[in-house]
Amino acid sequence: MILSVKDLSVSFDELNVLENVNFEVSPGDILAIIGPNGSGKTVLLRALLHTIPYQGQIEWKKGVRIGYVPQKLFIDWSLPLTLREFLNLKAKIIGTSAGEVEEVLSLVKLPGSFLDRPLAKLSGGQFQRALIAFAMIGDPNVLIFDEPTASVDTPSSAQIYEDLHRLCDQRKMTLLIVSHDLSLIYSYANKVLCLNKQNLCFGHPAEVLTPERLHELYGTPVKFYVHEHQFVGEGHEEGHEHGHEHHHHHDHG
Amino acid sequence: MSTATSIITTMITANFAFYIILALVMAVTAGIVGAFAVMRRLSVASDPMSHIALPGLGLALLFGVNPLLGATASLLVGAFIIWGLENKTKISTDAMIGVVFSLALAIGALITPSEEIINALFGAYSQISVAEFLVGIAVALSIIFYLLRQKEKIILSILSPDLAKTSGLNNQLLNLYFLVAMVMTIMLGLRYLGALLAGTLIIIPAVTAKNLARSLSSMFTISAVVSLVSVASGLALSEKIGVEPGPVIICAAGLIFVASLLIKKPE
Repeated sequence: MILSVKDLSVSFDELNVLENVNFEVSPGDILAIIGPNGSGKTVLLRALLHTIPYQGQIEWKKGVRIGYVPQKLFIDWSLPLTLREFLNLKAKIIGTSAGEVEEVLSLVKLPGSFLDRPLAKLSGGQFQRALIAFAMIGDPNVLIFDEPTASVDTPSSAQIYEDLHRLCDQRKMTLLIVSHDLSLIYSYANKVLCLNKQNLCFGHPAEVLTPERLHELYGTPVKFYVHEHQFVGEGHEEGHEHGHEHHHHHDHG
Repeated sequence: MSTATSIITTMITANFAFYIILALVMAVTAGIVGAFAVMRRLSVASDPMSHIALPGLGLALLFGVNPLLGATASLLVGAFIIWGLENKTKISTDAMIGVVFSLALAIGALITPSEEIINALFGAYSQISVAEFLVGIAVALSIIFYLLRQKEKIILSILSPDLAKTSGLNNQLLNLYFLVAMVMTIMLGLRYLGALLAGTLIIIPAVTAKNLARSLSSMFTISAVVSLVSVASGLALSEKIGVEPGPVIICAAGLIFVASLLIKKPE
């Protein structure tokens, strides 16, 4: 186990945001965390990072190095902060070699010419890659990825999944990903945690993501058809071509 | 007789040199602290923050203690109040500063002896002892040294506490150290600017720099330079026309800010 979570609860102002969440992650796992808006996904990640108070147990394996990709940064976009300066912040703090900034940039397929651009001038997709590059500094063995809901368009989000998958393979990383894209979860995740304050399900996507479960999770029927062969991992593209695959996320509240 | 005169002249000259040197070092400190304060969205707050110096100044004057000691004590208390409340409550920092520190101004104005109130509000304690000079320079240089050494940590902690945490940083401690650096900078500015305007030198050069800079590192440089130029020209001009330096310094900074708005930011 690289991470073990037992009876995790989080409350803000006596309002329970998470209740008795339990799951385990093994090295090399790709764990997708899904759930409707306001189901506590980001809160769970922040508890895992120990940035908010919680009850229960969160045990990371010794020697774990976590890279975190937040949904967004709440920064003043008029600040003249360049991509190079942003990445150098972490490189200097953890004292990595000078070449690592260029290295992580090529990992996320951003050209070196972007380094002197202000962060505010990057597109949504480019900025997300910049955040992944930031997380990759210091050679993490766990990547925690909080997928943005709207800022990235679907083709580029599929591309980012593919790149994350490749990174995890190359670097032997464990990936924890909050996701809104059920079809991509089928293609890439080997574990899924359904969250709606409590964990409603935990296991292999093909076993736990039944239509009934999704109905229960999202509160409305979710149209989601998957062919048997997609479970082996390559079927995603095909599913798209045949137009059999639909995913809807519903926002409640 | 002539020896005595020359000693007095030397003392006055030395005192004046101390006064100028400390002002310029204070200016650079305020410029650098200001760049962080603007990032932290504390620019509006740094002004009322300086008001909390006034009760300390007033009490010190009442009891015949060095007024800057009193001001330093109350500013440090202020830094801890902000820090504590930020950690404990959900009220936004600037809302809180607006309430607590404006109240401090009112209370300070009540207890400060009336003949001293203008000096306390607008500065002009121009007599500097060697000890005060040395302490002032030491404080200013420690602030600059600390901020430049810890630059990356402070910035990351401001940009994203979560990312800072995963990079192994202690946000609360960094926040406290920064607030202390900020109030100590205000303390350095009190002599020249007074309790009403000491926070202003933290704001205006930094906002000017944000407007002109194309990178964070140039923002720090521009902020320090604008602050330095404001203080130097403000002191020179106030000497020439015979008024208190504080308002002149701030007007100089304001003019540079307006000029920066006219310069188109290079794309």
